[in-house]
Amino acid sequence: MSERQIQLEVLRYDPETDREPRFQTYTVPCLNEWVVLDALNYVKDNLDTTVSYRWSCHMAVCGSCGMMINGEPKLACKAFIHEYPDQIRVEPMAHFPIERDLVTVVEDFITKFASVKPYLIPKEDKPVSAGEFKQTPAELMKFKQYTLCINCMLCYAACPQYGLVPEFLGPAAISMAHRYNQDSRDGGRDQRQEVIASHEGVWECSFVGACSEVCPKHVDPAGALQQVKVASTIDWYKEHLMPWSKK
Amino acid sequence: MSRNPYVREVPKTSWFFRQPRYMRYMAREVTSFFIGAFSLLLVVGLKRLSEGPEAFQGFLDALRGPWGVLFCLAALVAAVYHSTSWFNVTPQAMPIQRGEEFVPGKMIVGAHYAVWAVVSLIVLFMGI
Ligand code: SF4
Ligand code: FES
Repeated sequence: MSERQIQLEVLRYDPETDREPRFQTYTVPCLNEWVVLDALNYVKDNLDTTVSYRWSCHMAVCGSCGMMINGEPKLACKAFIHEYPDQIRVEPMAHFPIERDLVTVVEDFITKFASVKPYLIPKEDKPVSAGEFKQTPAELMKFKQYTLCINCMLCYAACPQYGLVPEFLGPAAISMAHRYNQDSRDGGRDQRQEVIASHEGVWECSFVGACSEVCPKHVDPAGALQQVKVASTIDWYKEHLMPWSKK
Repeated sequence: MSRNPYVREVPKTSWFFRQPRYMRYMAREVTSFFIGAFSLLLVVGLKRLSEGPEAFQGFLDALRGPWGVLFCLAALVAAVYHSTSWFNVTPQAMPIQRGEEFVPGKMIVGAHYAVWAVVSLIVLFMGI
């Protein structure tokens, strides 16, 4: 097993003593198959127990280990050391306030995410005895890609628009609204449109496309947002030019 | 334990230098100025045309001068960059689902290039 020494530069910030963040460098003997998260765990276990960061699954499922690795939003558990030079710099996700070290404050995302009603709102109430809501494979395909989102927030760390306009609802929240809007069992589109078709919603997006480039699950949030724009524009024309077509 | 979150400010005017992908985005946005300028030029041309043959000839001569040629070349390069950068993202904005499959993105992009080529040929044909 080959071993490689890397210099791991970690952004440190202690909210109780530090006025601003600073970098601290650790020399870490890494195995070739390691990911950046392994290197951080090595530091925590052997060199410095005070380093704080979030992680859980170590398999790109829980979405908690997002951070900037050499300036790029990445999951630390999916960023292989062998793809990096000997110097690796890890920082907390961009555009989020730093709680401590690599831990960010994510309340903003959680509030926004909840605001789009990311759950099925059935068209009509149906008693359990009436059976399940059926769906064809084609109907499932329409939104399946968006169900893969793990709420890692890397798309927010990549989105310059979110950095500049923090009110922006952002890629993952709007994609999730789109996911339910596309679902044949759902009837909640009107309720979600109020939130996502607003100025702070999809119209704040200028299609930089960075979110889709960094998304570790290939959700393509940028695509979802453009589709929401198209659908909202059609709504507008229908409402203003063909008022009789009101649903 | 007290909370004291640290906020990193995003530089308002130089943020796009931070990432090559932001620069690519800015290139797409900036090239639209050339398209706007060229449209204005066409409007000016129309006005000259309405003022009579001499005025229009003067307009054409100015276009054939070094500055006119330079601007047209720059506008052409900018328009090609701008248009292709949009063509390449059309499958994201307009996916086409057939049954359980999505039409491959390359076909949607390809269709845009094909229509572009046909329209350009028609315009060229009318110009000769
Ligand atoms: S859309 Fe992708 S990058 Fe954004 S939160 Fe979901 S999985 Fe993460
Ligand atoms: S630790 Fe769960 S996504 Fe990385």
